[in-house]
Formats: sequence, structure tokens, C-alpha cells
Amino acid sequence: MIPPEFDYHAPRSVAEAIHLLGELGPDAKLLAGGHSLLPMMKLRFAQPTHLIDLNRIDDLRGIHEEGDQLVIGAMTVENDLIDSPLLRARLPLLPEVARQIADPQVRNRGTIGGDIVHGDPGNDHPAIALALDASLVLAGPGGERTLPADGFFLGTYMTQMAEDEILVRIRVPAFAPRTGYAYHKLKRKTGDWATAAAAVVLRLDGGRVSHVRIALTNVAPMALRAHAAEALLLGQALDAARIDQAAAAVMAICAPADDLRGDAEYKTAMAGCMFRRALAQAAARCA
Amino acid sequence: MNAPKEAGLAERASALQGMGESRLRKEDARFIQGRGNYVDDIRMPGMLHMDIVRSPLAHARIKRINKEQALAIPGVHAVLTAEDLKPLKLHWMPTLAGDVQAVLADEKVHFQMQEVAIVIADDRYIAADAVEAVEVEYEDLPVVIDPYAALAPDAPVLREDLAGKTEGAHGRREHPNHIFTWEAGDAAATEAAFAAAAVTVKARIHYPRVHPCPLETCGCVASFDPVRGELTTYLTSQAPHVVRTVVSLLSGIPESKVRIVSPDIGGGFGNKVGIYPGYVCAIVASIVLGRPVKWIEDRVENISTTAFARDYHMDGEIAATADGRILGLRTHVIADHGAFDACADPTKFPAGLFHICSGSYDIAAAYCQVKGVYTNKAPGGVAYRCSFRVTEAVYLVERMVDILAQKLGLDKAEIRRRNFIRKEQFPYTSPFGFEYDSGDYHTALDKVLAAVDYPALRAEQAATRANPASPTLMGIGLVSFTEVVGAGPSKMCDILGVGMFDSCEIRVHPTGSAIARMGTITQGQGHQTTYAQIIATELGIPSEVIQVEEGDTSTAPYGLGTYGSRSTPVAGAAIALAARKIHAKARKIAAHLLEVGENDLDWEIDRFKVKGDDSRFKTMQDISWAAYHQAPPGLEPGLEAVHYYDPPNFTFPFGIYLCVVDIDRATGETKVRRFLALDDCGTRINPMIIEGQIHGGLTEGFAVAMGQQMPFDAQGNLLGNTLMDYFLPTAVETPKWETDHTVTPSPHHPLGAKGVAESPHVGSIPTFTAAVVDAFAHLGVDNMTMPHNAYRVWQQLRDCGAAL
Amino acid sequence: MSKKIVKVNVNGRVLEKAVEPRMLLVHFLREECNLTGAHIGCETSHCGACTVDIDGRSVKSCTHLAVQCEGAEVLTVEGLAKGGVLHAVQQGFYQEHGLQCGFCTPGMLMRAYRLLQENPDPSEEEVRAGMSGNLCRCTGYQNIVKAVLHAAATLRAARAAAA
Ligand SMILES: Cc1cc2nc3c(=O)[nH]c(=O)nc-3n(C[C@H](O)[C@H](O)[C@H](O)COP(=O)(O)OP(=O)(O)OC[C@H]3O[C@@H](n4cnc5c(N)ncnc54)[C@H](O)[C@@H]3O)c2cc1C
Ligand code: FES
Ligand code: FES
Repeated sequence: MIPPEFDYHAPRSVAEAIHLLGELGPDAKLLAGGHSLLPMMKLRFAQPTHLIDLNRIDDLRGIHEEGDQLVIGAMTVENDLIDSPLLRARLPLLPEVARQIADPQVRNRGTIGGDIVHGDPGNDHPAIALALDASLVLAGPGGERTLPADGFFLGTYMTQMAEDEILVRIRVPAFAPRTGYAYHKLKRKTGDWATAAAAVVLRLDGGRVSHVRIALTNVAPMALRAHAAEALLLGQALDAARIDQAAAAVMAICAPADDLRGDAEYKTAMAGCMFRRALAQAAARCA
Repeated sequence: MNAPKEAGLAERASALQGMGESRLRKEDARFIQGRGNYVDDIRMPGMLHMDIVRSPLAHARIKRINKEQALAIPGVHAVLTAEDLKPLKLHWMPTLAGDVQAVLADEKVHFQMQEVAIVIADDRYIAADAVEAVEVEYEDLPVVIDPYAALAPDAPVLREDLAGKTEGAHGRREHPNHIFTWEAGDAAATEAAFAAAAVTVKARIHYPRVHPCPLETCGCVASFDPVRGELTTYLTSQAPHVVRTVVSLLSGIPESKVRIVSPDIGGGFGNKVGIYPGYVCAIVASIVLGRPVKWIEDRVENISTTAFARDYHMDGEIAATADGRILGLRTHVIADHGAFDACADPTKFPAGLFHICSGSYDIAAAYCQVKGVYTNKAPGGVAYRCSFRVTEAVYLVERMVDILAQKLGLDKAEIRRRNFIRKEQFPYTSPFGFEYDSGDYHTALDKVLAAVDYPALRAEQAATRANPASPTLMGIGLVSFTEVVGAGPSKMCDILGVGMFDSCEIRVHPTGSAIARMGTITQGQGHQTTYAQIIATELGIPSEVIQVEEGDTSTAPYGLGTYGSRSTPVAGAAIALAARKIHAKARKIAAHLLEVGENDLDWEIDRFKVKGDDSRFKTMQDISWAAYHQAPPGLEPGLEAVHYYDPPNFTFPFGIYLCVVDIDRATGETKVRRFLALDDCGTRINPMIIEGQIHGGLTEGFAVAMGQQMPFDAQGNLLGNTLMDYFLPTAVETPKWETDHTVTPSPHHPLGAKGVAESPHVGSIPTFTAAVVDAFAHLGVDNMTMPHNAYRVWQQLRDCGAAL
Repeated sequence: MSKKIVKVNVNGRVLEKAVEPRMLLVHFLREECNLTGAHIGCETSHCGACTVDIDGRSVKSCTHLAVQCEGAEVLTVEGLAKGGVLHAVQQGFYQEHGLQCGFCTPGMLMRAYRLLQENPDPSEEEVRAGMSGNLCRCTGYQNIVKAVLHAAATLRAARAAAA
């Protein structure tokens, strides 16, 4: 398994990278952690003739606060999400998710940005971006634009990002006090992509749901936000009948592909199951 | 006076680090420092790289191959197809099973990823590009994946090259896709047992296709020296001498000019017994180009093409009395061998030693029949960490005994106790004619049941079953197995006509150190450590100064290699007997030096001493020195011996395994709560290594039972041919193993040793299945097909109405 | 495609070589630097046999380009022992029978080496999780876990003695 030939470029700034991307055209690809792209190149599913390596652009790494927002550089690797005291304190769902992605070595290379824009429905960060109401900051020849994660994912390997753009940052509102959260991911073994996974972000007010976001991984051509299930829960107490209704609504939007992880029936059932478990844990953490 | 002397003896014995000691491994030093020497580590001056163009289709006619684009790439030296090998008569090769296999596809392809052409280039990068550049035009042919469908009267003919050939290597072929029918046991007696029985059970037991998947893939470096006419090939082989013989027969190069070296091997597990087209192509390329050629398989090629295992569809039947005494066992098997019959079995046994399927039970009548069938899948059928087809056999009988127990409402321990061969029945002749050497199954069973408090486990299970809200189902799997290893007695076993003996040569040097060479080859079993321990004990030479060499056909005596747990039973015996020849000579020398008769000498750990006089002795070191300049008159100088050991019988290790699982009723995930493996491998040479081998075998068994699969779609595409899908558990999923042992030495083996490394694989797989099925037993389920991954177990939960 | 010059510190030695951009680090180490300790077991970043340390992090060298190592410090299994003295992880694997065929071992050692710096006092479960990017087909991991814990204890004792 040998990648095809390509030319290699290592720009030092976002501007330089954007310039290269425009100049080299559609045969050029950005290289982030390389843990999706390089395997695809080795299998010759992808054959770019130029790679533009983003790893030398320091501006693209790191996590900082801007008021109530956390700003995460697109090239921040999973292990840096896990180790970030800032995230642990203000957005603990992200480190918890990162710990469930791949394995320690892969987490040293794989970036949050690459995970989001790659458009693989099996990747975990897209659903998390939906659940966290994240915004994606894209830089292109005409400057920067910011898109909400909700609506960004269009299908397998398809997003709103244009070919000449680079994802530079992810902006996420920090959790309000007493926000409950959980991500439950069923996988065949450690390091595997999800058979099905569900993220829940929740706040309760006087025993009733005052805020809820539900997002699903790998049960459709792209990450899904479960709007109907959210609507069913909002303003309600979390009693068994409500939870059943919400779980049914979660399962109703699933349209997974059959593969060795399971058929559509199993994956749909598991999306429901992961949702129930995530909701229960999130509720327990609301205190 | 006595105590210090005893202490002195113990000290001397332990200084030898001989048999029974958990001696640390001699091979580790190089591996932990990155100084191993695996095939891909070998580089030779002028070496070229080979890569293989493979078929994307499972069954197709080749219309045209265009090499031009590939040849135009700078650095590409050659592109060869079957057409190019034809003049050398190397486009087909014989298999170990008496069939032929295409080296490069000749006019048509028979399975996905079959070898179609090879490219040879300056480096592996250029070779990979050239593979992409070779254009092959195919015409689709109908694909046959299901072995039952393959035998349908109007099934497409897969092997056109065999047209009209009604006699196969193992008798009449009834259908163009039929390879052989092989049977054992007594059909009539078994029929009578069934007719008279109060109870019979019947079930289709499918043992799916899996792959051994060692961490190192297969590969070789072939180097033909056109001036000397000599061929040296380094390759990943578990049986280098067999490769030498085959290569010589194929190429016409005299065997004396062929040198095959198995350097360090990164795991074999049966994957590295076969002789693959890739090896042959690299050798041909080296002969054609006059330069060394390296070929290393990638992981997709490994899983897709070299050596699958199992794929047995078994119809099992048991006849019994109403109180569960088994009277008869009958099995009909459809064996899917893929496109070429390239199983590696002893010649006379196309279904290996499958007829060990009467297991640990005293059954009066038994019969089995195995039909081999061609399909559009890769060839193989290797013994994946087991003796030939023993895993399938044990799986069958253990499943059937559980099914019988369930039908009779008998406890699964009790039914085994009632049917075990009793200690006093050994040596025991099985209904298939094996003579089991020794065993004590009841003691082993009792030990396991006591260790886990079996009644308490069953009580807990009853309570779990009684609670409808329980989030889990609890299952207890209990299995007893008898392996047949150490192939084998040459009156029964040969490969290509070469008897399955093994050999050892020992040379003791003047200063008392020694070198020993064997026909086997370690792939992680630690031969360099344990073989030295045998010699240490036999000859009183410290292990530390005994050098063990294997794997180089130009220095080692002929041997059949390492697989089927044959190293200790066969080579181990050869070592002991070679050492005993030296020992006998040493005694003569000692007697001469001490000026006494040979019978006046006692052997004590590392010396001969004069009976009744502790002060007069000669150590092995003294004797070694003397052997080279003071040999007694009439005795040749030197201290060496060679022994070829042809075992009088197989050995029969056994064990009792118990597993407790908890199944998540919502997801179908199975958690192994506890696994206890009790093994009896006879005499234990290095307990540390045995323990390690057992851990490894149990883990492979876990992988097979819980996740490994090679599913094909209707077009013959293998789904899941990378390590993303092919299940190799990590440290997180792997259960924690508990081990125990009993020791029942083999009476016919010079050391009493039986062989161990494969028992845990053979024994654990049915144990996992038994545990998972047992979790559903109260719901009327008596069998489930592997792998028991969450998805499949959930389907069972759903079907039983037990899913949450 | 034109080659690129890469200057990299491997096991304390600075090397400068012209490589094709597509050359994978594992091939660079094995074929250009003659360091054959890192092995290739899967090529799809699942097995960890190719694990090396780059600038203080464990990385699978089959999924990393050699050109990306410009200016980096790479440590491989060949660089673990210092002055002929085995590193504690090497000693641990030897003592606890943490290897059989040895093919996974260099990757295991390199991961264990880094794991014990990230977490000097891991529990058994933490060792299992920390080593989950490395597959072994031979040992069943039980002795590998013991080996890592053995090394952790050795390193802690050495630190205590130095303090
Ligand atoms: C064994 C293994 C297991 C894995 N398991 C999981 C898992 O469980 N969950 C999971 O979510 N992922 C998993 N992954 C995927 C892994 O985390 C990848 O790292 C991730 O999908 C892609 O991120 P990357 O930084 O490696 O991107 P790359 O592979 O470098 O790039 C991926 C794609 O995104 C583009 N791209 C990257 N960054 C940018 C950017 N800033 N702007 C614009 N385009 C960009 C690239 O051009 C490329 O097309 C696994 C990978 C492996 C090898
Ligand atoms: S070869 Fe790199 S992870 Fe397997
Ligand atoms: S020791 Fe063989 S793969 Fe680990």
C-alpha cells in the first residue's frame, strides 16, 4: 500500500496556504493529521498531485477563550483536546469524546478540523459540533466566513466548505452552569468507528428540560441533529413515556447503510439505545 | 552431612536452567533492541522489488493484458504473466494436497485478488505504480460462493483445467466442483447404534472461514546466482525444508543448490505453511533477471489470498441413551476449499485429523464423511493454530454434546462426566482408530468445577434468568477437548511422500558448550530457549552455552517444520534422543577416564561419578574436553549425534475450559467475566513459556469466536480485508486469563511431553460459543453460529424476544 | 516529482537526506536509515507495529510522511538503550515474557516508553487503554501489561532513589 506521487508544500501561514490552494487547483489537497487522507491515498482512493501540509502553521493550533466562547484551532489534535484544562472545565464533552476516538497514536495526529471537514459519517466530531452548537470559521481567497455546524454537513464527504477554503477555527459556546452532557458510542472494539453513537447536551429547570441538543453519529450519510426528539423533550419532565417517544423520534431519522457493523435495523436500534444511555447520563450530570 | 549435599545438587541443577525451569527467553535480547532479522529486514546488493497485479473479479476470463504502460515507467524491469511462465512450465504448480494451483492466472481467474501478473522494479514505490499501470481486460463468469450451490447439477464449472478428470488425488470426483470424499469410522455400526438409541439429536454446525493473520505478512527475498547456479531464498516459512524440496522439484535446480532460510518469523499460526504463488514468482523473477528479488505481501493481500482456515459445514448427529450415555456419533461435512485444493494436510488425510471428532468421550460407534468442494474463493484450509482440522472436530463434538445435554435437560458438566473416557481405559482406542496415549479427564473436570464454584455460578444464572428486568443474560460455557498433535508417525503421515519425522543434530564442543540444529522453526514459541533446556537436562550442560539454530536448510538436518504443535512432540523427542546418544558416548569416555566399568558409574545432574565414591567423578565439561583428544581406544573422537525421530504415535494433550459471559440485552455485547483454562500437556519444559503460549492461544480463540469473519458478497468480493474490519482484539477487549494444569505424561514420548501451544485455540473457541449459547439456553436456543459479535448476538436477542 | 531534502534527528544523530515526498516515515527509517526495528503490520494505522516517538509523542510511522519530519526528533527502538544499558521497558518485557515472535515488540516498547512518561503510575486498566493502539497476535497482552507495570515500578524506584 503505497501512495501515488505528489508534490509537497509546507506553508507557514494561512494566507500562504490559501494562495497555494488557489494556485494549484482541484488536484491539490490539504494535509492535516493525515489519518484519513493518507490511508485513502495508500488504497489509491484519493490521488492528489499536490499536498499542502497545514502542520507548520502555528496559528491553526491551540485552544483559547473569547468571553463565553471557546475557540479551537482546526489543527488541534485529539490528545490536546483531552489534555486541555480549559475544555475540561468549560466544555467537558469534547475531551470525553476525544478519548473515544481511535487510539493514543492516532489521537496524536488526527485533528478536530480534519475530522469535521472530512465528511465521513463515521467520524465523531461532526455530531459533537451539532450538539455543541459550534460555528466553523472558514478562510478563503475572499476572507473569512462563519457557518453554523448545523447545516454544514450535506452527505458523505460533502459539506458546505468550498474547494478553495480552509477550516481555520471552531467556535463553541462554553457550557452554562449545570449543563449535563454525554456521548455514548457503541463500537466493535477499541479504536473503531461507531456502530452508532449519540450525543446529548441537556439543562433542566425545575425538573423540566430547558435546553436539549441531540446529535447522532454513523446512522445516516452524515451526522444528524435529532430536531424532532429535541422538540419532544423541551419543556417536559424526563418521564419514561417521554423518553420512549424521544427515542422513537431519534430512531425515525436514522438511515444507516448496512455493513459489517450491522444492518439498518440494528444500527437504528442502537442509535435509540445510545440516545437513552446518553440522556440518562446527561440528566444525572445536570445537578 | 546430608543437607548441604542436597543443597549443592539443587544449586547445580538450577545452574543448568534445564527442564521445568521458567527460564527467561534467549531470543528476546535481539527483539527488544530492534535487532530482529525478519524477511523484510533483509537487503541484498542489487535487490529488486516485486509487486502483484491481482484480479478484482472472483470468476472471469482474461481477455487481454497490456503491459506497455507499466513497462514504460522508469525503473520497471519486467512485467510477467502466465504466458511468460509457460515456457518454463512454471505457470502452474502442484499443491501439497495433490491438486495444482495457478502461479499466475492462466486464461481465467478463480477468486478475487488472484495473482494475474507480476511487476519487478527498482523499489516498492515504483512497483506499486506499475501494478496500477498494467491493464487487464476481463469477461465476467458466473460466481459460485456457496459450496452447496457448487455441487448443484447445473453449477458453473470452476476448474476447466480439470475437465474430464474423474479421479482426484483422493479418489473419484462426482462433480466438476467436487474435490474428494473422505470417510472414517464404521458407517454400519454407527447406523445400528442410531437405530437402537432412545434419543438422537442432529444439527448443522457451521465453522466459518477465518484467517490466521500473524502480525507479519508473508514474503521472501529470492536470490539466484547465475554463475554458481545456486538459489538462496529467505522466506516466511514454517517448513523451510519442504519448501526446498518443492522448489527443487519445480525449478529443476538440484536440491543441493537450493538454500531456504526462514529467518525470524513474525508469527505463523498456519499462515506460513503453504507455498504461495508470490514465492514462486519471486524465485522465477530472480532466475530470469539474475538479481535478488524481494516480495512482501501487504495486509489486504494477506487476508485475501494466503491461507484461510476452517470453512466447514458440518451436519452432526448423536445417538444416546435416555440418561445421556452417548452410543454413536455421525458427521457429514461439506468443506469449502476455495478455487484450488491447497490445504496443508498429511497426504493421506485430506480432512486432516478431523476424525478426532469423538473427542474426550467413550463412544462405541462413529462415522464421519468429508466432501471437499471448489468455490470462487482463495485457496488455503490451513491449520490455524491447531493440528490439522482438530479445531473443527472439537467444535463439532462439543457443540453436539451440549445440544444433547439441553435436549435431555442434563447439566453440561454431568453429561461430560458420564461420557468421558475413564483414566483406567488408557491407552484407549477411539472408534476412529486413534490410540489415545494417556489422560485423566475426570480429575481435570473436578478441579475446574471446584475452582469456580460451579454450583454457585449455576445458582446465580438461575437467579438472573428469573429476573425479567435483568440487563444481562448470563452464560456458562464448559468444554473438554482432546487434541491430537505431533504429526506424525510416518506410517500414517507424510507430506509429498516425505515422512513427518523431525530431526536434531547436536555437537558438543571441546570446551563443553554445544550447538544444536533442528528441522523445525520457531515463530515465537521460544525454541531457542526450550530446546536448550532439554539438552541441558539430558547432558548436564548449562542452557546458557547451548546454541540452538533452526530454519537454514543448508545447516539444519531435514525436518518437516513447525505447525500442528509438532515441535515438542516430534523435534523435542529427536533432541532428547540425540542427546541420549551423546550421553551414552560420554559414559564410555567417563568410564575410560575414571578407569572403571560403565556400569560402575552413576549419572548425577552434570557428571558421571563412581558408584559409592563421591570424590571420583568427571563432569560433562571434563568429558567434552577428553572426547577430542583422549577418547578411549576404539572410540571415534568427538562428541556429536544426529537423531531422526519418527514418532510411534501422536500425542493427545487435553484440557477443560470454563467461561462465564454476561450479554448486554440492549446492545448484544458480550463481556467475558471469567475464563479458566486447565491444560494437560504432559511434562512441562518451561512453565513460563507454556503460560505465554496459552494466553496467546486463548486470545486467538477469543478473536475467532467473537469477531473474526471473512464474509463474501454474491459477486465473490471479500468484505472486510483490512485490520479495520478483520477482528484482532486489543488489550482492552482481551479477557484476563486464568490458567491451571494437571500433568499426565505421554507414555510413549521420551520426555513425556505432549505439546501445548495450540490447545488453547482449539479448546477456547467452542467454550466461548458454549457460553454465549448457554446464555440463551432457557429461551430454547441450542446453537449459534460464530462470530458472536454484538450485531449477531443482538439478532438472537431480538429473535427470542429478549432484546431490551 | 522532485525530491525534498529532509533534515531530521534520529536517535540523537542528525541526518540529511533527499526523499520523495510520498515516502512514508516507516520506509525512510527502515530503508534509508537502516533502522529495521519499526515494523509494518497493517499499513492502515491499526496495528501500531510501526510506532515511533516524534518530538515526544507516539506516532504510527506508516501514516506519516518522511518530509513532515523536517527539524523533528525521532526516537526508535534502536535508540532506547543507553550506553549498552537496556531501558526499563525493555527489561520489563524480557523479565515478564512480554514477547513471543517479537514482531509487535518495537512498537509496543516505543508506546510503553511514552505512556510511562504521560502516566508514570498507571493502573492495569490504564495500561490496557494506553496500549490499545498496538496489536499483538502472540501474547494475549497479559504479560505485556505486566511488563509495562514492571517497567513503571522500576522507573518510579529509580526516580525515588535519585530524589
Ligand atoms: C485507526 C483509526 C481509527 C480512527 N477512529 C476514528 C474514530 O473512532 N472517530 C473519528 O472521528 N475518527 C476516527 N479516525 C479518523 C481520524 O481521527 C482522522 O484523523 C480524521 O478523520 C481526519 O483528521 P486528520 O487531521 O487526520 O485529517 P486528514 O486525514 O489530514 O484530512 C482529511 C480530509 O480533510 C481535509 N482537511 C483536513 N483539515 C482541513 C482543514 N483545516 N481545512 C480544510 N480541509 C481540511 C483534507 O484535505 C482531507 O481531505 C480514525 C482513524 C484511524 C486511522
Ligand atoms: S503498520 Fe503502521 S499501524 Fe500498522
Ligand atoms: S509477540 Fe508476536 S505479535 Fe506480539
